[in-house]
Amino acid sequence: MFRRFFYNIKQAFQQVFRNGAMTMASVFAITAMLLILGLFFIIVININTAAETVERDYDTIEVFLLDTTTEQDANQMIESLQGENGVEEVSYRSRDMALEELKARWGESGYLLDSLTENPLPNSIIIKIKSLEAADDIAAAAKALDGIEDVKYYKQTVDKLMGATRFVQLAAVILMLFLIIVSVVVVSNTIKLTVFNRAREISIMKYVGATNWFIRGPFLTEGIIIGLFSAAISVGISALIYKKVVGLIGEDVFAILSMPMVPVEFLVYNLIWIFAALGISIGACGSIISMRKFLDA
Amino acid sequence: MIAFEHVTKRYKSNIGLDDVSVKINKGEFVFLVGPSGAGKSTFIRLILKEIDADKGMIKVMGRDVTKFSNRQVPRLRRDVGIVFQDFRLLPKKTVFENVAFAMEIIHKSQRMIRRQVPQILSLVGIGTKAHKYPNELSAGEQQRVAIARAIVNNPMILIADEPTGNLDPETAWEIMQLLEQINMRGTTILMVTHAKDIVDKMNKRVIAIEKGRIVRDDVGTYGFEEALANMEVTMNTLQHRREFNERRRGNL
Repeated sequence: MFRRFFYNIKQAFQQVFRNGAMTMASVFAITAMLLILGLFFIIVININTAAETVERDYDTIEVFLLDTTTEQDANQMIESLQGENGVEEVSYRSRDMALEELKARWGESGYLLDSLTENPLPNSIIIKIKSLEAADDIAAAAKALDGIEDVKYYKQTVDKLMGATRFVQLAAVILMLFLIIVSVVVVSNTIKLTVFNRAREISIMKYVGATNWFIRGPFLTEGIIIGLFSAAISVGISALIYKKVVGLIGEDVFAILSMPMVPVEFLVYNLIWIFAALGISIGACGSIISMRKFLDA
Repeated sequence: MIAFEHVTKRYKSNIGLDDVSVKINKGEFVFLVGPSGAGKSTFIRLILKEIDADKGMIKVMGRDVTKFSNRQVPRLRRDVGIVFQDFRLLPKKTVFENVAFAMEIIHKSQRMIRRQVPQILSLVGIGTKAHKYPNELSAGEQQRVAIARAIVNNPMILIADEPTGNLDPETAWEIMQLLEQINMRGTTILMVTHAKDIVDKMNKRVIAIEKGRIVRDDVGTYGFEEALANMEVTMNTLQHRREFNERRRGNL
């Protein structure tokens, strides 16, 4: 068993080096594919994070109260709302608190609010919900209460955003699958050239009594080595590029969307596993597919 | 060792073998002769189960190979050594590696390989060339490597498909002596050939095939008419040379 294992590895490395040009061609092909895949992955993972952030930020329902509603009434409302399904937390926000928050949000322009002689904001109840799906029911329950001016929540906006995100995700997944298939074809063709070069060698092996798996072993290992090698290169290049991109636009993204881009370390950690798995499977599938014809004979 | 019982093999347009029955016993040295397309290759390919017979039974070492599954074929080929006219060595491996390779296939240990390969190389007379590559050797030496590879795992049967076809008469005769030596160690040898002078000189059992049938099976001479045979040889040699050179070019 071990003997066989080492035989494979030894043969595969010999092949990798003795067929340097072919190895390079395969590595380039897989690396290119992995880089494109990596690009999609980076986009998708950033969109996902953005979507999660948005979902977290907009998971509140604001219930504005009439000025005639007392704090006691509000407390009763809070208690009844807490009983609703999907509610995480209910809190009271007085008009003064609301004004403070608004000032904070406006930042440097906050002084403009100082000129107000009277606070125009209503008292409100803030409902934090567990998931957006429950938003409609909770909002309806809130509306049914007495002493309410308005109920505001962002479900529609968020739904639209989520819809768009899901579309992008789906498109990316389809494109990725397509690219994986393309890269398997490319690699199997590249390896087929190596195999073709050695068709004679394979026929000799068969004459001497080698089993199909014995012949396939080194080629398979070769494919895996090529795949792993490409994966390593791709991880390196993607990491470098992403680091540059984050350095260039990371702050702008934060300023516009008020959320950070996915950190480089996290991305690299994920890419290592994904690329390694993809590289290995692309290399292995490629070599098995390319050998099929030669082993049947 | 090898027994054909009413074996028939047809190709799309012509006959390969037509109801052939023959027996080759352990330790025999047999020549298989006949014009091109007579069925000699079919005969060999059937033994190696490269192709399947349409009818009949083929026994190799007592086992019916027509009933073998594809998985059993590699095992069969390990029991039957084979040598070709064009040597079929792996060009990117050294002489040592070419022979060692046949042992690696059956998972012999490196220690065994290091011990046996030099032994077998000196047995076939190329003990000093172990670390050369095939293209650094003469044709005769390459054929010796091929023979070493074929017998390193001690097969019961050695099939030689025109082993002297690419060799000059002197070298060819040396190879024949080597084969006879191997035969004397107990290996059954089946040799396909067009070389009349060699067959006549060796004085062994000769099975002659023509149009898919065995037309003669006795001890002695090549038997086909000289003119025809010679023409056959020339044509064959030319064709084989061309194929050989093409393969070699494609390989380099």
